Amino acid sequence: MVDTATPMVAMRGVQKWFGELHVLQDIDFEVAAGEVVVVIGPSGSGKSTLCRTINRLETIDEGTIEVDGKKLPAEGKQLAELRADVGMVFQSFNLFAHKTVLENVTLGPIKVRGAKKSDAEKRAHELLERVGVEAQAAKLPAQLSGGQQQRVAIARALAMDPKVMLFDEPTSALDPEMIKEVLDTMIDLAKGGMTMIVVTHEMGFARTAADRVVFMSDGRIVEENTPEEFFTNPRSDRAKDFLGKILKH
Amino acid sequence: MDWLTDNYVNILRGFGETLRLLGASGALALVLGTLVALARVSPVPILRGVGTFYVTIFRNTPLLVLILIAYYGLPEIGIDFGFFINISLAMGTYTAAFVAEAIRSGFNGVPLGQAEAARAIGMPFMTSMSQVVLPQAFRLVVPPMASVYIALTKNTSLAATFGIAEATFRMRGLFNDYASQMIQIFVGISLGYILIVAVISWIATAFERRWAVA
Repeated sequence: MVDTATPMVAMRGVQKWFGELHVLQDIDFEVAAGEVVVVIGPSGSGKSTLCRTINRLETIDEGTIEVDGKKLPAEGKQLAELRADVGMVFQSFNLFAHKTVLENVTLGPIKVRGAKKSDAEKRAHELLERVGVEAQAAKLPAQLSGGQQQRVAIARALAMDPKVMLFDEPTSALDPEMIKEVLDTMIDLAKGGMTMIVVTHEMGFARTAADRVVFMSDGRIVEENTPEEFFTNPRSDRAKDFLGKILKH
Repeated sequence: MDWLTDNYVNILRGFGETLRLLGASGALALVLGTLVALARVSPVPILRGVGTFYVTIFRNTPLLVLILIAYYGLPEIGIDFGFFINISLAMGTYTAAFVAEAIRSGFNGVPLGQAEAARAIGMPFMTSMSQVVLPQAFRLVVPPMASVYIALTKNTSLAATFGIAEATFRMRGLFNDYASQMIQIFVGISLGYILIVAVISWIATAFERRWAVA
């Protein structure tokens, strides 16, 4: 499953500052095609920023980022084309508030890929079926629960046939009983071979679905390992400290 | 009331001219103002600069000065479309600055995540604007836009000074002929303006209802 030839995402020597704050420091990070990488760490560690630089929602100050062997272009048409291949799921869902669920999923294929409306709708219905919200297709996002909205957001990203999916704390804004339905959808995706980079606090997801766990602290990647090794035998003090805080309730 | 019964055709013509001014300058203001607002939120720094410059110049110059420039100045440098169009240009470019600011406030009212989600699925800037941000911004923009167009309606009366036979121009003519009925003439012409403004408010309310989101 994991193809090591060309990494799907490669970050090399990446630095980013927010004013005085050095939010990304010496980031060297690769994700192979088909790999599921979970990024964890305390809040403010730069993990969301890292995720957002990969489709250039955040710019970087130094270093390079490549997606499927192609360097991230600057603002413009080529950047838009690259973003179409990189799916993104946000903490706050960000469904288009004035469009129905179905339109949310068809808008990208129609306006960006130039798909025919009938084809896009057929595909959208399949995807909504797959994430289990087909019955809500005609509703506006505000009429859905948070868990349903997030699953629509996943369908919206999948409709673009992305090469890699970015998840920026996809369950952090959800009520506890809705977290599972979103995680189950993500686990299905992971099993299906999707390349995924997931910023999350859900350690259960990391254990179940991740090929690799990346631990960040103060803008640096401190530790990378398999979930099994990382959770049972963390090497760095910061990782031990972090796991100690979150795993012992 | 003979000022009215003997002159209602001329008074109606006057309001017709008021509406023509409103239509011409209002249409220009809408198109130009939308472009300036897009420039002000564009990812291209030069465009943002141009947008800000436009708003600074045209919002901060008195309308009367702009009309004087359009009326006396532009013909001097060969820009002379006749005084109706030149005055409409002044009113349109002036109002465009206010339209741009109203629309920009609408952009700012649309959560940033909406534009980010649009960009994240690969929409270029203009597509994300036309498909996602503008449709949501327009709804927020309706109340301030109504205020801008109400102000424009009343501003058209400045054209009376420049010989355009709109409502206020007619009113001054009537003062000369019916000096004893000044108050009635005032009230009557004002009611005409109030009627136009009421229609604008009504249209605004209709748009707000139509664009309501759940």
